[in-house]
Amino acid sequence: MCVTETVLQLTGITKRFGSLVANDTISLQLARGEVLALLGENGAGKSTLVSILFGHYVADAGQITVFGQALPPGDPKAALSAGIGMVHQHFTLADNLTVLDNVMMGSEPLWQAFTRRQAARGKLDAVARQFGLSVDPQARVGSLSVGERQRVEILKALYRGARILILDEPTAVLTPQESEALFAVLAQMVAQGLSIIFISHKLTEVLRVSNRIAVLRGGKLVAQAAASDTTQAQLAQWMVGHAIDLPQRRPALRVGAPVCELRQVSTAPARERLVDASLTLHSGEIVAIAGVSGNGQVALAELLSGTRSATSGEVHYLGRPMPARPSELVAQGVARIPEDRHAVGVVGDLPVWENAVSERLRSPAFSQGFWVRRKAAQAHADRILRAFDVRGAGAAAPARALSGGNMQKLILGRALLHPGTTPQSTVTPRLIVAHQPTWGLDIGAVAYVQEQLIAARDAGAAVLLISDDLDEVLTLGDRVAVIHAGHLSPARPAAAWSREAIGLAMAGAAASPMAGQAETA
Amino acid sequence: MRLEKRHQQSSLALVLAPVGAIAFTMLVSGLLVMWAGAAVARTYGLLLQGGFGSVFALSETLTRAIPLMLTGLAATVAFKARLFNIGAEGQLYVGALAAVAVGGMHAGSGFDQVPVAVLFAAMMLAAALAGALLLLGPALLKARLGVDEVVTTLLLNFIVLLLVSMLLDGPMKDPTAMGWPQSVALMGELELSKLIPQTRVHSGLLWGLGLALAVWALMKYTVLGFDIRAVGANARAAAFAGVPVTRTVVLVAMLSGALAGLAGAIEVAGRTGYVTLDMSPGYGYSGIVIAMLAALHPLGVVLASIFVAGVLVGADSMSRAIGVPTYIADVIVAASLLSVLVATLLTQYRVRWK
Repeated sequence: MCVTETVLQLTGITKRFGSLVANDTISLQLARGEVLALLGENGAGKSTLVSILFGHYVADAGQITVFGQALPPGDPKAALSAGIGMVHQHFTLADNLTVLDNVMMGSEPLWQAFTRRQAARGKLDAVARQFGLSVDPQARVGSLSVGERQRVEILKALYRGARILILDEPTAVLTPQESEALFAVLAQMVAQGLSIIFISHKLTEVLRVSNRIAVLRGGKLVAQAAASDTTQAQLAQWMVGHAIDLPQRRPALRVGAPVCELRQVSTAPARERLVDASLTLHSGEIVAIAGVSGNGQVALAELLSGTRSATSGEVHYLGRPMPARPSELVAQGVARIPEDRHAVGVVGDLPVWENAVSERLRSPAFSQGFWVRRKAAQAHADRILRAFDVRGAGAAAPARALSGGNMQKLILGRALLHPGTTPQSTVTPRLIVAHQPTWGLDIGAVAYVQEQLIAARDAGAAVLLISDDLDEVLTLGDRVAVIHAGHLSPARPAAAWSREAIGLAMAGAAASPMAGQAETA
Repeated sequence: MRLEKRHQQSSLALVLAPVGAIAFTMLVSGLLVMWAGAAVARTYGLLLQGGFGSVFALSETLTRAIPLMLTGLAATVAFKARLFNIGAEGQLYVGALAAVAVGGMHAGSGFDQVPVAVLFAAMMLAAALAGALLLLGPALLKARLGVDEVVTTLLLNFIVLLLVSMLLDGPMKDPTAMGWPQSVALMGELELSKLIPQTRVHSGLLWGLGLALAVWALMKYTVLGFDIRAVGANARAAAFAGVPVTRTVVLVAMLSGALAGLAGAIEVAGRTGYVTLDMSPGYGYSGIVIAMLAALHPLGVVLASIFVAGVLVGADSMSRAIGVPTYIADVIVAASLLSVLVATLLTQYRVRWK
């Protein structure tokens, strides 16, 4: 590969939001035929930098030069015509249109009586052949898989003549096999002289696909290294600023009696549903559910959180039918960690202390009939904030002032710290339903959350961990099941799964015909 | 031009926002006063004097503020739960009708033996219930079928006005009113006492203040208050935490409708004595403005309603003195609402010019 010609040059990019410096004099170069990984935790400034590059934000200082020409700031059209293409994490496609229409959309002049579909089709086919991106141009986007939709997004950028492609967390929604296919496409594009900026926080894949890695932390460019010259540990240290211990796999100590049992459970037909799902969760074990998001994880989590009901089948909890209402579930020892902490986990406009007791507000501990026992509630909230080290906002501040990690600690504390717990005796939950508990958190917070789940398991709780992150599933899960299109595979010991087998099951190869068979405990 | 979210709210902006809002309102209204050919300073002076400058002016302002306080509270409670009740006007009228039905329609029916205190309580209860029931339908339609309550409550206002018109020409018509469309009068004993002799300000003011305090305490200290705030701020998160969302919305609707219904009863018992088709110059709609001016704070509603009433009353008297049309009052209220909303926005966002 010839890495000589510089196609993109960022010089001294600075962007402030009030007193926060999101980008602090960042200078970067991108060479022709190079994959540059932009690595950093949430809030490190990756998105801001890319938004400036693509013209969504205007930098307070600094210049951008593309192919030797200065890029006018704040103009996405200029960025497009200079050859910068962007594939967002959340796709910007119209589901009701065909692939061809989506690709053509916005690329034709407004005052043109007829669309030149034939010509566009020819160009699209040529681009697709050139880079090995096969998609049926006549297919409706709504009927495509997530991996195929991503290909359409990439095609859209290439069709518009992109020579520099920015991919924002592209593997977050893919199965391992789909990720491999994406990497193969990227290799082909690079071989043909395109350049790629690859945004990620996953260390393994960054090392796998990129030539060079730039690490951002707190708005500053803290390190740059060739992928061949660095290690995961080194990258993690750059990202966080200090050495970090990730939780190691620790086998379950003693698996006890069944706590929760799903028997042939289906939920109402919707985009997210369960079909004849069966699963048993035992005291003292973590059962991890792997799967591409959108395959019924939400239905499973909501079913066990009391916010969705089954249309057929039975859900048993501690030998009895599971209570239907969230407050009853919580009262009977179910700890719930929802997927979307901002939209479901907390009410952002309400104070931290009210959020800390919201699940148990109806219990005699925090209310007396009509009236809230504010003193008791605030005291318990303070206890949660201290025990779970929630920082960044006081108990009276609105919960949205908390960072993602601290918000998650608040939710964990609310779910795990029972008001009856005293220094002498702890009351632990019987069942923990954790849906994407570490999504979007920085490495330190990830380790903290995972340690809490392991500690709760060792104290005898049954833990259901639903995660898109395969590494997390394999590190924490004592048993692993895969969910696809609402069908749940049998839960097998984690050691019985290979990554490839999980990937195949995530794509639906083996999951559905085996659903409902006896589990291997 | 674009808006960027502020990462921190600057304390300077929090101070400057209300000051800027007032200055902008004065400026806009001042330009219109100049256009009308009057001296700006004198006009403002007369307006202030006419609204707050004497015992009589103040008493008129407070009289006008009473129904606004109640409809303002009705809007506050509903909006807190994101139930957009635009129907306070209709709820006020059904409340007024219910009050007269209980307190004036029973001449010679043997009802007269009932003690006045009981009859008064029944009258207030009937008004509250009538308002609550009128909003129950839209609330259930919203909770069950997702029908937009803005449309249903707004349109109910017109239906109610036609109903009032029908009743005032039919069963509730006052036979001694020489053909004027007005209802039979409330029993004299049921009328609210005057707070200051020789003025119109009545003990409905105490009802308004008491209810504002009660709503404030409800919001702050009770489980229902938490439910209302949680459902309004984020219904999904509220449901996850175990708040019964549908029940909360229905309870809020009953409460909001009851407050607006009481506004009608108190207007009848405190000021008019009977129902007419023009007894409310849009108090129900003004309640929304007041709730927004008060930033949905129940105690702020008291201040906002006195401010709006003062501007309306002051403009009347100013207009008589120097001939600037009373519409200037509507301009001042509207401009102040808009500038308060923009000022609030600017404490959270900054404007970038390209």
